[in-house]
Amino acid sequence: MPKTWARPTLFRSLVLLVALAAVLASGPSAAQMTVEITGVGSQQYPIAVASFKTEGSVPQDMAAIIRADLSRSGQFRMVDAGDSALAENERVDLAQWRARGADTLVVGSVSALADGRFDIRFRLYDNVKNTQLDGLAYVAPAAELRLTAHRIADRVYEKLTGDKGVFATRIAYVVEFSRTGYELQVADADGANAQTALRSREPIISPTWSPDGMLLAYVSFESHKPVVYVHTLATGQRRAVANFKGSNSAPAFSPDGKSLAVVLTKDGNSEIYMIGIDGSNARRMTFNNAIDTEPLFSADGAWIYFTSDRGGSPQIYRMPTAGGDAQRMTFNGDYNISPRLSPDGRLLAYVSRRNDLFQVEVLDIGLGQELTVTDTVKDEAPSFAPNGRLLLYATEVGGRGILALASTDGRARARITGPNGDIREPSWGPFAK
Amino acid sequence: MSSMRVLFVVSAVALIATGCASTKLEEKPAPVVEQSKPTPAPAPAPAPPPVAKVEAPVQPMVDALNDPSSVLAKRSVYFDFDKSLIRTEFQPLIEAHGRYLVEHSVRQIRIEGNCDERGGREYNLALGQRRADAVRERMELVGVQAVRIETISFGKEKPKALGHDETAWAENRRSDLVYR
Repeated sequence: MPKTWARPTLFRSLVLLVALAAVLASGPSAAQMTVEITGVGSQQYPIAVASFKTEGSVPQDMAAIIRADLSRSGQFRMVDAGDSALAENERVDLAQWRARGADTLVVGSVSALADGRFDIRFRLYDNVKNTQLDGLAYVAPAAELRLTAHRIADRVYEKLTGDKGVFATRIAYVVEFSRTGYELQVADADGANAQTALRSREPIISPTWSPDGMLLAYVSFESHKPVVYVHTLATGQRRAVANFKGSNSAPAFSPDGKSLAVVLTKDGNSEIYMIGIDGSNARRMTFNNAIDTEPLFSADGAWIYFTSDRGGSPQIYRMPTAGGDAQRMTFNGDYNISPRLSPDGRLLAYVSRRNDLFQVEVLDIGLGQELTVTDTVKDEAPSFAPNGRLLLYATEVGGRGILALASTDGRARARITGPNGDIREPSWGPFAK
Repeated sequence: MSSMRVLFVVSAVALIATGCASTKLEEKPAPVVEQSKPTPAPAPAPAPPPVAKVEAPVQPMVDALNDPSSVLAKRSVYFDFDKSLIRTEFQPLIEAHGRYLVEHSVRQIRIEGNCDERGGREYNLALGQRRADAVRERMELVGVQAVRIETISFGKEKPKALGHDETAWAENRRSDLVYR
């Protein structure tokens, strides 16, 4: 495992390359992603994550996965824990760790069990208050060691920040390997463990998760026109749920998972409709000559946010799901598209074109304050982490499509690149149920 | 015994009491199965044409659609940035195709809208749709029935020109007329 953590004092000024060697160790994978952290949060918890003591052959470096997770959030500053492993049953001098600059410390162990599974234990210490904050044991097969490390990182994150961690969640995205090679992939939130859900010779766009994380809806051009599919990830079963005359696109699940908002052109121009997730009962929601697209439900289901150029330029609007007048939400600039709502409904993220640059903006709906949160200029398709703290989006750097992360305060940033192909259309999945 | 040691023992006991017991495993996300390329549904066979009584022509009939010197050989309509307005130079082309469709009632046409690479994928899909619809509306003015025209959009997903400059963008802001 290459160890590239800088000394704490240099941390802020350095761009860290976190090579996820553990991904390489996990066997052949569709995409071995690399995460590069390019910005950190304004407030960071100084934490040391000691290497886990291992017994037997352990195929994953748990501490490295936990460190990478916490670093990627931008909310933690890694204090060098040295090379020696520290098990959860060892006595530790918390004052000494505090003196090294770490307010908190994670220690643990992984032991191979006789049945081939592993016993994983960890403790989280508060070095300032001189107390244990958390401690837990897991039993997991080798294939779930990474997931277990993400779950430990989630517990550490929640204990220290008060927000739920998102490290054990999954993301979906599309990779274009060539003009006739597209894949819809699902990976862990760190880009590791990528699996291909659909391979096609034609483009795939707009994947989006069902609220229970079991289904993806997306637009596939495999029949040489845009058609909306619903795809069950566990079985690979899929069906075209919107395949009307014209174009079918922009699916979004309702919060109860029973309906989809989609955009159909069967009645003349791009209008928003509601359909059952089996494609039944198309019900039209918008009626005008303008483009209405990119529908999105608020978490409580009361609102549908969408993009429309009914006012002359594309802007974000919302309308009551039960029917009623639409209300314009964005006013800066003449091109605001791809709305996404934070889970608490407080923040609206979207892509704005200003001076020919496309960047993700975050609007505090209550305060009316807008903030550009990215340092890239060809941004597309923002997607909130399920805890609302980070945005995952697609952008282009050096002519290649990559994914990037930005915290909603615009301070923490990271870039996720794959070994080949253009990566795009990310969608962050829900918390595991 | 130092307070640290007491703390350690207390926390160790706490761990044994709570955490150390084999924790119930949370459910693992279901594995994603890899799926091979789906077989696209075959295009529906065109409806059988009505039987038309034809007088044998003096000269062999040439379908103007297959005549490379005909205006009908041109099948692309180009658009300005962010626009779906039909430029006047393309009106004769669209009207010629419209008249051909009126005269050949068995033919159906698909109009495919396209966009340049700038901007969001879904918004470009809608913009491409509007470019296709603009061509359809003009054909309907010539008398083509709406039912014989399908308008779809590829948005920015299938660029014909692969460059990243105005020349490539102009080539990609386009509606194609595809006879079926």
